Amino acid sequence: MIPLLTDGVPRRGLKLLAAFSVALLAAPLVASDYLLTVLILVLYFAYVGQAWNIMMGFAGQLSLGHALYVGLGAYAAAALYVHFGVGPWLGLWVAMASAAAAGATIGFLAFRFGVGGVYFAILTIAFAEFARIGFDHWSWLGGSAGLFLPVANYGGNDILTLRGSPTMFYYVMLAMTASAFVLCHVLLRSRIGYYWLAIRESADAAQALGIDIFRCKMVAVVVSAAMTSLGGVLFAFYYNNLFPEQVFHISRSIELILGPIIGGIGTLVGPIVGAFLLTTLAETLSEIMRAVGIDLPGIKQVFYGFCLLGVVMFLPDGVWPPLGRWLGLGREEGDRGSGEGKR
Amino acid sequence: MILRVEGLDLFYGDAQALGGVSIDAEEGELIAIVGANGAGKSSLIRTIAGIERPRAGHIFYRNSDITGLPSYRICNLGIGQVAEGRQIFPSLTVEENREMGALLPRARAKMAETMREVFATFPRLKERRGQLAGTMSGGEQQMLAIGRCLRGRPELIMLDEPSLGLAPTLVQDLFRTVRTLNERGLTVLLVEQNVVASLKLAKRAYVLENGAIVMRGTGAELIADDRVRQAYLGVETSGRKSPHG
Repeated sequence: MIPLLTDGVPRRGLKLLAAFSVALLAAPLVASDYLLTVLILVLYFAYVGQAWNIMMGFAGQLSLGHALYVGLGAYAAAALYVHFGVGPWLGLWVAMASAAAAGATIGFLAFRFGVGGVYFAILTIAFAEFARIGFDHWSWLGGSAGLFLPVANYGGNDILTLRGSPTMFYYVMLAMTASAFVLCHVLLRSRIGYYWLAIRESADAAQALGIDIFRCKMVAVVVSAAMTSLGGVLFAFYYNNLFPEQVFHISRSIELILGPIIGGIGTLVGPIVGAFLLTTLAETLSEIMRAVGIDLPGIKQVFYGFCLLGVVMFLPDGVWPPLGRWLGLGREEGDRGSGEGKR
Repeated sequence: MILRVEGLDLFYGDAQALGGVSIDAEEGELIAIVGANGAGKSSLIRTIAGIERPRAGHIFYRNSDITGLPSYRICNLGIGQVAEGRQIFPSLTVEENREMGALLPRARAKMAETMREVFATFPRLKERRGQLAGTMSGGEQQMLAIGRCLRGRPELIMLDEPSLGLAPTLVQDLFRTVRTLNERGLTVLLVEQNVVASLKLAKRAYVLENGAIVMRGTGAELIADDRVRQAYLGVETSGRKSPHG
């Protein structure tokens, strides 16, 4: 297993990865509560960004409605817990199943009937909006008034019901992000990973080569949706409240894809780098604003906009590919970007 | 008989692209299909490959009916296709491109053997393994596209306008390669606008016009035919001498 994972990865990359992992593992020992919440956010965005990247970065299918899968996962696990007392470790299977089913439905409609590119992206937005409006009126799930998880009386960390301190959530989120990274690494080197790259590069050529593009795209959507929903489960148990207007909102879908776009679409490290850059910079910015006493609502969105602009103009492949080269890592490790900017 | 196409009708919406097209190929033959732009050559290849679905007609491969099978299954039966315009994957390396062809189920068992064969034909695909495919020249990209297809161990290869956009010397190289592949036993279906070269190369050929086969014969017969010479070679024929001499 280990040789399979490290095969072809430069030693330097492994060392950097190890150092980075140790730093992340040790972070709660030194970080303040505030810093820890920022880091949880970073890991959350790295995780869902990684999941989104499977669809867009690997298979070339642009989804602008990934909030749908976050929301479905969050609501499925939260509803089971609130109404039936079913813990998140069982609930997550229902969460993944419902998100996978939603992904499969969208994928089937689009890929079976040849809906691609911009039209596919619009379809994903439409489904997220359906969900937002639908959940707004679903009173069993709290409707627009929101669904709340009981927060009272948890003294210690209960990993079984995900009730506990930010430190516990941090480690759970870290484990998820690390697993997603490893999973994507394995997927990218598997047969389906190669098929996805072929489809991303040229669906026509992939078809001419005898690749079952319908099936491959379906797998990408289903895997990406199921993974994203786990982010939603954690989101629900961390924040303890869910509002359709928030979780399914299109701004959530956009927020989620900024990390991989800025980090480098199609790369393994990109979503992580992007999430770190964006979240920490945005938080620093709002801290500074708070310190000097300026209250500008929406300043974070403006900041995201400028980041995106900067990347599009100066680093069309994202931050990671040049950063990786600067760190002396070759193209081998996780840098199989789409290279959109080069063309 | 390795391939037999009978009475193929293909429509794009209401527009008819192919009307009653019938062709056949014996094992090991090199068949050319020539015709002008828009005559339906690519449509014919795409239909045989299972990418387009015909409204009527049948396609038989080794005497079994493959009409309407999905393209990935047809590919796995041994019908390889090099699509028009050198459909390589530009931001993947030469090696990644090449190996993509070898993932076809029928080819997986003999990967190493096929690789040696492909390298023997296209040594450059070995030399340039780490290069991004999009940075290669047009001729090299075409070689890569063919090499990649061969990695799937086809028994019948369909080449759609392989000479498109290549310099004349490269076209010669390319046609020599096609001949070599054919001499090794590969059945070739060559679709070309380059009428002279492909008719010289082909054992038999079909002329496609407005979606229908209008002539058939050996390459030599067709190249000597007045109608072909006038329509495709720009040669004035004895029947209708130009008044300007």
